[in-house]
Amino acid sequence: MSVVNYDEDVLIKEQGFDDHFHDHHHGDKYQSNFITTYIFSQDHKIIGKQFLITGMIWAIIGAGMSIIFRLQLGFPDDSLTWIKPLLGKWITVNETTGIGTLAPEFYYALVTMHGTILVFFVLTAGLSGTFSNLLIPLQIGARDMASPLLNMLSYWFFFIAGVVMFCSLFLSTGPFAGGWTAYPPLSALPQASDGSGAGMTMWVASLVLFVVSVLLGGVNYITTVLNLRTKGMTMWRMPLTIWAFLITAILGLLSFPVLVSALLLVMCDRGLGTSFFLSEIFVGGEALNHVGGSPVLYQHLFWFLGHPEVYIIILPAMGLTSEVLSVHARKPIFGYKAMVFSILAIAFLSFIVWAHHMFMSGVNPFISNFFVIFTLIIAVPSAVKVFNWIATLYGGNIRFVSAMLFAMGFVSLFISGGLTGIFLGNAAIDIQMHDTYFVVAHFHIVMGIAAFFGMFAGIYHWFPKMYGRFMNETLGRIHFWGTMIGAYAIFWPMHYLGMAGVPRRYYRFDNFETFSHFSQMNQFITIAAIIVFFLQILFVVNFFVSIWKGKRVTTKNPWGATTLEWTTPIDAGHGNWPGNIPAVHRWAYDYGKDGVEFIPQIVPLTDEEKENEADLH
Amino acid sequence: MDLSVKKERRYHSKIHPQKFALWAGCASIVMLFAALTSAYIVRKAAGNWLEFKLPVQFFYNTLVIIISSITLQASYYFFKKGNAQLYRGLLVVSFLLALVFLGMQYSGWLSMESIGVELAGNPSGSFVYVISGLHAAHLLGGIAAIIVALVHAFILKYKVTNQRKLRFELTLTYWHFMGILWIYLLLFFILQ
Repeated sequence: MSVVNYDEDVLIKEQGFDDHFHDHHHGDKYQSNFITTYIFSQDHKIIGKQFLITGMIWAIIGAGMSIIFRLQLGFPDDSLTWIKPLLGKWITVNETTGIGTLAPEFYYALVTMHGTILVFFVLTAGLSGTFSNLLIPLQIGARDMASPLLNMLSYWFFFIAGVVMFCSLFLSTGPFAGGWTAYPPLSALPQASDGSGAGMTMWVASLVLFVVSVLLGGVNYITTVLNLRTKGMTMWRMPLTIWAFLITAILGLLSFPVLVSALLLVMCDRGLGTSFFLSEIFVGGEALNHVGGSPVLYQHLFWFLGHPEVYIIILPAMGLTSEVLSVHARKPIFGYKAMVFSILAIAFLSFIVWAHHMFMSGVNPFISNFFVIFTLIIAVPSAVKVFNWIATLYGGNIRFVSAMLFAMGFVSLFISGGLTGIFLGNAAIDIQMHDTYFVVAHFHIVMGIAAFFGMFAGIYHWFPKMYGRFMNETLGRIHFWGTMIGAYAIFWPMHYLGMAGVPRRYYRFDNFETFSHFSQMNQFITIAAIIVFFLQILFVVNFFVSIWKGKRVTTKNPWGATTLEWTTPIDAGHGNWPGNIPAVHRWAYDYGKDGVEFIPQIVPLTDEEKENEADLH
Repeated sequence: MDLSVKKERRYHSKIHPQKFALWAGCASIVMLFAALTSAYIVRKAAGNWLEFKLPVQFFYNTLVIIISSITLQASYYFFKKGNAQLYRGLLVVSFLLALVFLGMQYSGWLSMESIGVELAGNPSGSFVYVISGLHAAHLLGGIAAIIVALVHAFILKYKVTNQRKLRFELTLTYWHFMGILWIYLLLFFILQ
């Protein structure tokens, strides 16, 4: 057993790279007063926090909406008068029966906004925006992003997109109500429904601004990872988080423009009278001029973004999980290269499976075969990843801290949600399953809750790096166990509803004889959803209280991790390292090597290690 | 753009980060047009498709944009060689050619309308309007970059610095990219 002795500061000074960063005081130019430090900041760490906190606000709004429509589904006979002050005309209370009912259009608007907000604002911007910003420069050893200015703009475009979407909630005709996928004709004809007018226009404006934000951010992330890595940080020494963020950004860069082209054509149909997606339509008994369009064409374009989008959501969560599992199991990640190649494989496959969202919308069944096969092949790299996570845990010296609990919860959810994906990937099974609660259960577990768990793991794990304090551990564990059990309580029963054929997007079931016996199950789901919602409020409270009152971090590297972000000062200023940038000598997962608990990436190889490495080549 | 970019470029960059970022941006523009042209193919395969001749301006314009690329490249050549006059002159020529291109595209749309192919008609025409219009919109970004180059050429004192070389190369890359994109689109319309 050998003991490695090192002093981090000495190592960084002697081995590190002097980029003359501190010779000039340009770093201060954007950290000189309150506004440039906290609002129009160009420092990646602050921008990461901005993405996170904005995402949290949106998460509360989006989840709050789901509680309102769950109340309608779970308690269709209750008065619900108490939410009338909030919803106003969108809820009617029958005076004789005392039953309160959401306006049907408003129910659709809630479902639409819930999807849009969670998919784009929370799980894209709030997840990859937060952690790509926080971790890319810190973990690859860079002073900041390639272009801090574009990085700042990326946040502010996201912010404006949010403002536009938020304003649309208060339109007298309501926000867009045609589903988060915005299929024509509901999206392409302003007169098709209440939300299709101004609501849809604002929805498109907001999404285009959002895509600008994603592209500015993505270009920056890719450029930074490929060009600004520190000395010794080869691609194969990057932590898996960085691999995940890199591939996520590439996916976004290649798929979001396709969404823009679809929305452009939708806007032409709406405003300029073209017929890209419209054909032979009657509204209110009146025949429209539009001839020759194809609504399925929109679906092709939309899902060409839409499918990569689910990996844009899940890949960062996978990266965070891999890192957290390895650190807290005190073991190297199992199968590092296999993990990277499976990320690459998943990313590649994500571009050739989009039509599995359209099996029942009239695409040629022979073409469906092609998409079924590629969809099922995604199970292979996914299974490789799951196997490696479990193998990483196996025999590990596991520390059951909140971050680790959420990372393990991610693996559990990814397995249960992923397995139902194999059902739904089959075109034949979709004849029964399509548009039922089975689909709702599948995607909420595999990309909703699982992605949230990856995000929570990341927040609990890197909170000390963000704020120099820990989050409360007891509240964190309550948050984990409550959410873990609660999330399964919400979505497990939905599989049964779906198999029984209960369709999604119906705002009440009590007047259908076939589905009325599910009313108690719906009630159960609603109660579970409300409990889980309040547990998230508990998390938010824990987050903000801990920023000011949490237990202080006293050492630079509280978790005993190997990666570079833990070599920065506890309260790292602009430029991240006060002196030289550290040089990297080894991969990110030297845990338990030769009896040493962990060896940071900045520690040079010993002579023995050098010999071993030479033998390998 | 930002000091940190220059400062941090050190070990792994064979290409300047800003150039790389521009290429990445071009990749996303490629996807934008790839989406529209594949939508064109899918929609065409479904039938009910009006066949018409592309306006002749589109063909002349291809020549215009190729020449503008050449003059812009030449302007850069003379900028590096120290010939300030040709550098400025050719930059102005490129700018004018860019405006000519936009004007001729507009007249192309007018002549499409005059033969009865309207924006709000059969999707075959709508696609040509939208795709060429979107190309023109992206070209405006290139024109903005050329205007910035003009301002630098006529207001700043003539001096070859790395920063100015880089700016010019970025403008040049984007302008060539716009030209190649147009040639692709025209070939696509002809062959489809």
